[in-house]
Amino acid sequence: MKSWFKSGAPWIWLNGGAVALCVVMVVGLIGLIAIRGFGHFWPADVMQTTIIDKSGAEHTILGEKVRSETIPAAVARDGGYTVPDDVELVTRYLVKQGNRDVSGRDFNWYMETGMGEWAYPENAMVIERREWGSFYGFPVALQENGKVLLSASDENFWHELQERVERSVELHEEINHIEKVDIGRINHALERMRLDRRRLELEGVDSAALAEAEAEFAARKAELDAQYLQVKGERDKLYRQLGRDTLVAEVASGTQVNIPLQNVVRITTPNALGVVAKLGQYIERFWEFLTDEPREANTEGGIFPAIFGTVTMVLVMSIIVTPFGVLAAIYLREYAKQGPVLRLIRISVYNLAGVPSIVYGVFGLGFFVYFLGGSIDELFYPESLPAPTFGTPGLFWASLTLALLTLPVVIVSTEEGLSRIPTTIRQGSLALGATKAETLWKVVVPLATPAMMTGLILAIARAAGEVAPLMLVGVVKLAPSLPIDGNYPYLHLDQKIMHLGFHIYDVGFQSPNVEAARPLVYATALTLVLLIIVLNLTAIRIRNSLREKYRSASD
Amino acid sequence: MLETKAVSNQNPVDENHSAADKAREAANYRAAVESPAGAALRPNEQTESMSMENETIKLQVSDLNLYYGEKRALNNISLDIPEKKVTAFIGPSGCGKSTLLRCFNRMNDLVDSCRIDGKILLDKDDIYAPGVDVAELRRQVGMVFQKPNPFPKSIYENVAYGLRLQGVKSKRTLDTVVENSLRGAALWDEVKDRLHDNAFGLSGGQQQRLVIARAIAIEPEVILLDEPASALDPISTLKIEELIYELKDKYTIVIVTHNMQQAARVSDYTAFMYMGDLIEFGDTDTLFTNPTEKQTEDYITGRYG
Repeated sequence: MKSWFKSGAPWIWLNGGAVALCVVMVVGLIGLIAIRGFGHFWPADVMQTTIIDKSGAEHTILGEKVRSETIPAAVARDGGYTVPDDVELVTRYLVKQGNRDVSGRDFNWYMETGMGEWAYPENAMVIERREWGSFYGFPVALQENGKVLLSASDENFWHELQERVERSVELHEEINHIEKVDIGRINHALERMRLDRRRLELEGVDSAALAEAEAEFAARKAELDAQYLQVKGERDKLYRQLGRDTLVAEVASGTQVNIPLQNVVRITTPNALGVVAKLGQYIERFWEFLTDEPREANTEGGIFPAIFGTVTMVLVMSIIVTPFGVLAAIYLREYAKQGPVLRLIRISVYNLAGVPSIVYGVFGLGFFVYFLGGSIDELFYPESLPAPTFGTPGLFWASLTLALLTLPVVIVSTEEGLSRIPTTIRQGSLALGATKAETLWKVVVPLATPAMMTGLILAIARAAGEVAPLMLVGVVKLAPSLPIDGNYPYLHLDQKIMHLGFHIYDVGFQSPNVEAARPLVYATALTLVLLIIVLNLTAIRIRNSLREKYRSASD
Repeated sequence: MLETKAVSNQNPVDENHSAADKAREAANYRAAVESPAGAALRPNEQTESMSMENETIKLQVSDLNLYYGEKRALNNISLDIPEKKVTAFIGPSGCGKSTLLRCFNRMNDLVDSCRIDGKILLDKDDIYAPGVDVAELRRQVGMVFQKPNPFPKSIYENVAYGLRLQGVKSKRTLDTVVENSLRGAALWDEVKDRLHDNAFGLSGGQQQRLVIARAIAIEPEVILLDEPASALDPISTLKIEELIYELKDKYTIVIVTHNMQQAARVSDYTAFMYMGDLIEFGDTDTLFTNPTEKQTEDYITGRYG
């Protein structure tokens, strides 16, 4: 035993065990998120059964089984259910029934006791709608302009229905494009004109010039109004076309519901689908999740604005933090006189890394948003006051706050990199008659770029996952438009953005529909992790190619 | 190398005794050599081949003291370095020969605690005078270090570095200078087909010659070599030595070496230093065959202690 201890084997086991534990935790974490998140997009079978409610009445229900749990019978009895006396444990199922417009609740728990046989009717359909969540039911007929076109028993019914859904989705997209792009552009121009006019007033130009400008404005406004009327006409026409078709459907309890096809995103009959068709659906839904905008208070639809916002914010942050951090590190390492003052500064910088991030958020809100932003507004955007331009949380302030938050990381790793450049190389450059600055910029800094990239990688990893400060300085639940678009100045630094981290928080804790949001929390978390991995891998690739370029410099 | 290590290991044992001895001897020696004003250092020099009297003086060191903080690293060094000759500094580790070498292009300025008094004249101009442009001085006095230190750039850019610093942009000039310098450093034939490859791809010996090419590309007047071959294998060492021999037609060369055979092979003049003192300085043949000082003899015969 003693010799075994002396051999060092226990230490190896201990170290190996620690590593194994880490690996298990990482794999477990990612695995859990992946299974819960990815599972959400699989088209689950729709089951139909009968239940007996507390009052003893029998109902037919239709929906997806979400999960089940076993509870002590006593709890169920306390809840008012009739459970036989000899039963100690009962199973209950959470069923997603949808139809919030009909029944009010789309997720319900049902006791196993009194539940009938489960059936999977082939014609049970799931409709994803733009309003009221999903619909579960059976088709009855397809109406065009209020007249019945086809009944559900017709063999062409499904084909025709899907084609009409496709048409309405296309129309919807067209309308969306008109509203977002064309009308958005006109509104943007009108708003700019209003600001131009206000600016003239504020500048106090004489009345003649003002009148001249007014005339010009009026002409431009008339032109824009005409454009608007034309675009609006087009849009209204599309809306009328969109309202053409209606699907009549029947819910499990027998009530008939009219569903206008303009509200429909997708109609599926999961029970009738084979594995391949389900896989197709799966991919389609997953793709929609990544590329679509959220619907229904973020509980449905996609998370594209959040992905876009996160990436934009991280990029802007990188652009801000890299030069700042690198310059500061160069000064600290190369120029500053090493002494107690410098040591104090360095300790302060290192300690900044340990400040809780919410504190940065408070600082960002107080200093950046209200003080700096307010001053910028007064100086450069007086025409839009009292509505703030930069004096309100937004992309730029969020990026700047995160840049401040990650600054220590960049400084520390850049300093490390600089200190690792061999003195012989510096001396070689100096001996050729280079000044210190020339040596620095031509030899030392290029050699230290891999270290700077390492700092940036750490900064990105930290910034992309940060949520708390962002809630104060520019991230919102739902941003009406992306921070980059086709309207001048294209990158809107003053706009509020959506962010994956905050989206998780919002969907998970602020959602009106907890059950519907739960899988989205996992899926969004997974997306965030993947996004950070992608950003990091990109940066690591750049760093490795740089390393390759300056290979063996430190040998 | 072995001898040197042995010396430095033994040093602390009888340091007091020998330090005092050496200091006295050195003082005597200095009194002897400094009294005849001017360059002639030694009365019994073999004048037919090498004599200081026949040389133009390129670098003149007088009463140089150098301190690292409180510690004195060079004691009253005075010597003259002849133009277009190879002068070698030998001595055990820590004797100050590299420190002295670094005084010639003011590399010691980089050490914060380093302080100097005395004078070093380069062509009659004091290089430590206030207002001297250090970068300009270093262009005149090039240096090659112990470990090859090419920049993380292509071979071409390494050689062109000094010129680019001076603002030379013409491609043709650069091409010519790069080729001539690489030829001058006997490296051209080996690298002419891969001028734009990274310099780190070269072997140690090639890197060291590249560094020499880089140094001569800016046409300095003096080249300082700080143990240029100590990190190289015998073949590369031989090449460097041949190169030194060729370069002395155009440049004044000062070389620090641990290897006494190397000093004997390549240099025209040799200075032996010990513990910050210049013990003996003279033409190489005499110094190695018939040294004046007992210390020198002990050192070069490997009996030092």
